[in-house]
Amino acid sequence: MSAVLTNPPPVPAQESPGLWTLAWRRLKQDPVGMVSLAIVAFFLLMMAAAATGLIAKDWSKEKGVSYANPSFLAGAENLEAKAMAARETSKAPPVDLSDIDPLAPRYKEWEERAAKIAVTEVKRAESLPFGGDKWGRDVLQKVVKGSEVSIFVGLAGALIATFIGTLLGAMAGYWGGRVNDLLEWFYNIFTSIPYILLILSFAAVAQATGSFGKGIFSIILILSLTGWTGIYRLIRAEYLKHASREYVKAAQAIGASNMQRMFVHILPNVSHVSLVQLSQHTVQFIKAEVILSFLGFGVPVDQVSWGTMLAEAQNELVIGKWWQLAAAGASMAILVTAFSLLTDSLRDALDPKLK
Amino acid sequence: MTAYVMRRLWQMIPTIFGVILLIFILFNWVGGDPAQVLAGKISNKEQIENIRRQLGVDQSYWVQLWVFVKQVFTFDFGRSWSTNEEVSRILITRVGPTLTIMIPVVFLETSLAVAFAIMVAYVRGTLTDRTIMIVCTVAMSISFLVYIIVFQWLFGFILGWFPVQGWSESFWKNLTNYAPLPIMLAVFVGLAPQLRLYRSFFLDEINQDYVRTARAKGVSEKKVMMKHVLRNAMIPILTNIGISLPGIFVGSFLLEVFFSIPGLGREIITAVNRSDFPVIKAVTGYLAVITMIVNLLVDVMYKFVDPRVSFK
Repeated sequence: MSAVLTNPPPVPAQESPGLWTLAWRRLKQDPVGMVSLAIVAFFLLMMAAAATGLIAKDWSKEKGVSYANPSFLAGAENLEAKAMAARETSKAPPVDLSDIDPLAPRYKEWEERAAKIAVTEVKRAESLPFGGDKWGRDVLQKVVKGSEVSIFVGLAGALIATFIGTLLGAMAGYWGGRVNDLLEWFYNIFTSIPYILLILSFAAVAQATGSFGKGIFSIILILSLTGWTGIYRLIRAEYLKHASREYVKAAQAIGASNMQRMFVHILPNVSHVSLVQLSQHTVQFIKAEVILSFLGFGVPVDQVSWGTMLAEAQNELVIGKWWQLAAAGASMAILVTAFSLLTDSLRDALDPKLK
Repeated sequence: MTAYVMRRLWQMIPTIFGVILLIFILFNWVGGDPAQVLAGKISNKEQIENIRRQLGVDQSYWVQLWVFVKQVFTFDFGRSWSTNEEVSRILITRVGPTLTIMIPVVFLETSLAVAFAIMVAYVRGTLTDRTIMIVCTVAMSISFLVYIIVFQWLFGFILGWFPVQGWSESFWKNLTNYAPLPIMLAVFVGLAPQLRLYRSFFLDEINQDYVRTARAKGVSEKKVMMKHVLRNAMIPILTNIGISLPGIFVGSFLLEVFFSIPGLGREIITAVNRSDFPVIKAVTGYLAVITMIVNLLVDVMYKFVDPRVSFK
């Protein structure tokens, strides 16, 4: 009866990897995901460098001749630049007006003054790496600088939209009842207006009054105030599911407040949904920004974005200057492709059950 | 069924009221004083007062809201602020060109996307499937603007197959002469995302039990796809078409801007540029109502597509 119970030797506690570690491991196994992550990271670095002025600082300098050829087409004929050069050199000699000009006695004084100002003649480049635009600005630098506005708008808009959507979704899903009814009412209102029309309505008000701030901030606000609905719906469904789970009840039992349960306990378990949505909305908003800037809502004249570049390129194509269109269109296509593929990989990595 | 429709219509009332409230808050409250915008730079106090009285914005917000509600239900939105044309007339005359473009687009796009999707789903997992999916992803990433600019340049300017832009009075001339290029563009651009989506719908159905049963009793693979899978996949496909239907009224706004088509979409862009609030308010309000009704119709249509659905 007095058998000694021998405890088995304690198993060394195995560190169980968390959701994010596991997801990162799965993502690392996915070559497509890693390549697109690298491309997206490259664009983000480029944006940050352009924003801090490290690169593409003098994108607005007119360095080349009008419509300078891209380097690999350096020898091609450039009729526009020739015509412009011809206009500049063929200026008629000034007509001598000194007989009738009452200011004639001061001519000499002016000449002396003019001579004092040092004028350095800048030789305009015949060709630029990606070619030049109408004013001879470097298209490569414009694309880099344009990425700053386009990506920043997409990212900031998506961040705010995800924040709004997650917050409202959490409230509706967790509280239910009246709060849910109210927020569902909001959701129905916003989704019963076609999305494009909703954006354009906000843009009309922003355009007329400036009540959404100036320039790109108005675009960010418009996109995020209209784009939260999809995220709200998904997060709400997740919270509905989680609110009655045991771990949340356990949290309640140990005295966690509602706020703690919502944001400390449940949020980490649904945050992967938010992350995938963030990524997806960034892509969507970058595309929307390009169209809005093209239509002239938002990006001011002294800034460049991929949308304003495409607007310029529309007229250039007819005279055979295709490089601005190609540069802006291709860089956007590369970024958006990489971002979409990354979104898919993220979804697979974070939610392996889906597959 | 009647009871279901009645209840759904009843439930629409708070949403319609909410839409009215949202538009009102946006344009009358956030939008601020339209007189300042309209009077422009050469304004004095008297002029602004006059304009305010004409537009009725000197009244309290409650009165303005009541006026707006009346406008929505009497279909009378007054006159455009910039052209003084009646808003209802603008809407009626602009809807025609938009639908001339968009109705063929919806038909072509849907039938092509369904046909291609079922083919791709049939060869799922093969190299063809994967190649088409990659092409679709890349095609979706290129901006619509780039497609329009290149197509207009290539087919209108270089090849000269279609007029670069324009519109006429005659419906047939529009349909045969001016519309084909915009229609082709919209179908081309809309195909990739729809193909991807519908393929996933088909793949969801292919793994169902009833498909295995059908195969087990010896139904040919072709018949399984065309009869069993296609019919069941039509349910999510119809939902998707239903959701996108209200958008056809403004969906082609970029095409209309590029091809100078005097449709609703271009009218809205012009209205946004000119701060012509009555036009935008009217279009937004009505499209919201149309969207709700279309959603209801789609739900009712389920009953006919899928007998398992019951109205509760």
